[in-house]
Amino acid sequence: MSSQVETVFRREWGRAVAVVARLTGDLGLAEDAVQDAIAIALDRWAPGPPPSDPAGWLVAVAKNQALDRLRRESRRSRKEEEAMRILAGRDPPRPPGMIIDDRLRLIFACCHPALDPGTRVALTLRTLCGLTTAEIARAFLVSEATMAQRLVRAKRKIRDAAIPFRVPADRELPGRIGGVLRVVYLVFTEGHRSSTGPGVVRDELCDEAVRLARLLAGLCPGDPEVLGLLAMMLLTDARRPARATGDGHLVLLPDQDRGRWDHAKIGEGTQILDRALRLRRPGPYQLQAAIAACHAAATDASDTDWAQIAALYAALARCDPSPVVHANRAVAVAMAEGPAAGLAVLDELRGDNRSEGWHLLHACRADLLRRLGRTAEAGDAYRTALALDPPPAEREFLTRRLSEISR
Amino acid sequence: MRYLCLLVGEPGIDGPDPGTPEFKRMLADYGSATQAMVAAGVLVDSGPLQPASSATTVRVRGGEPLVTDGPFAELKEQIGGYYVLDCADLDEALRWAAAIPAARYGAIEIRPLMTMPGHA
Repeated sequence: MSSQVETVFRREWGRAVAVVARLTGDLGLAEDAVQDAIAIALDRWAPGPPPSDPAGWLVAVAKNQALDRLRRESRRSRKEEEAMRILAGRDPPRPPGMIIDDRLRLIFACCHPALDPGTRVALTLRTLCGLTTAEIARAFLVSEATMAQRLVRAKRKIRDAAIPFRVPADRELPGRIGGVLRVVYLVFTEGHRSSTGPGVVRDELCDEAVRLARLLAGLCPGDPEVLGLLAMMLLTDARRPARATGDGHLVLLPDQDRGRWDHAKIGEGTQILDRALRLRRPGPYQLQAAIAACHAAATDASDTDWAQIAALYAALARCDPSPVVHANRAVAVAMAEGPAAGLAVLDELRGDNRSEGWHLLHACRADLLRRLGRTAEAGDAYRTALALDPPPAEREFLTRRLSEISR
Repeated sequence: MRYLCLLVGEPGIDGPDPGTPEFKRMLADYGSATQAMVAAGVLVDSGPLQPASSATTVRVRGGEPLVTDGPFAELKEQIGGYYVLDCADLDEALRWAAAIPAARYGAIEIRPLMTMPGHA
């Protein structure tokens, strides 16, 4: 596959699936049809450049493929007959009012509370972001067959129970938006700290999550947590150009070249966060955005207001008492008050079953012990972290640190 | 799309006792929920069920009917009634089901009816 064509399809996959799913109400059929369209394109475009409007081409061919697939069915339900009529004709007229992106409809279907929470993220990664089942299986630490089965089951349920491809009405939106934000957040974190690809960052996932959050912010401009999530992602994503070296090694925050940060994104993120905070209803995404803003505001790593960051993490721990937040608070305390104080906070987690199997906890402990000069204990902690199968880029970093202290 | 809503009593949660004002209110809520369904044209059928102790189960094996006393499986949860609703999608079915008082005292399982080729 030419990489140019592949890039186009990575980008357009979600939109094409969303359009065909809206027209047919069948997500499985939509995916198959878009997959067919891509196969045709690869065959037809192999020697030359893609057509001038690849996105439009892909949607048109996918619609035809869906129609063909329905025609081949010998026994069709009335719903399928209806889908064929819609596919063969022009799109039904849109209701007047706000133009709602098909991807927004699709994400509300994929994040429907009638679906298993764990599967919602996987389904979103597959249908909207175009990750392969194998990649998603790797991220969820399950076999490809298991993941394939979960995805098929979820798509079948959407079809058979008629889960709608629709943005909920205003009065239902507050109850539904939280689940969608959570999924967008997880798509972003998967992109930002990739467990699936060889590289440090998966650009297309970060881009897709930011794009989805912008759509949601357009839908709910008065919801401070929607704005908070968008701000957090922009402020965090602004660091992307400095997070990896040219040959794909992870660069940690204090070592990043801050000149390479995307200052337009920082400006936009800060502005959106201010808008959210003026609504005076704080929440976990706004707190995370505020933390990212503290980092973004420091022109040099040594200027970072760690005491403020530690306070924000303490507030965040009250809404979200997870080991991840706790460990982050420990790191901030270590920066503000020294590694011994940080280690004391971190060690409150010892014996917590949820966190013992988490490689970052041990990596973080190792770093604090190293800074305290407790080299032997640091070495043990690095080895524990490495034994817990960290993603490739982090494995490489931890191995390097371990060999530095073992000298 | 038609949905079967099964009204399931959950062990440990008792509904109001007959004769209490709370019980009267529950009956009134059933009445108004059902009326609203009729008015919206979504109600296909509904009804309360006699207790599981009144159930009889039949299985045909080797051409012979085998009749046993009791429900097909002994469950802690008891099915107390059902609604069949004709709705545009699951969200609409969920809205109506949540208005059925049984949702407050137990659970309502919503099962789409399979659409057969050539039928709605």
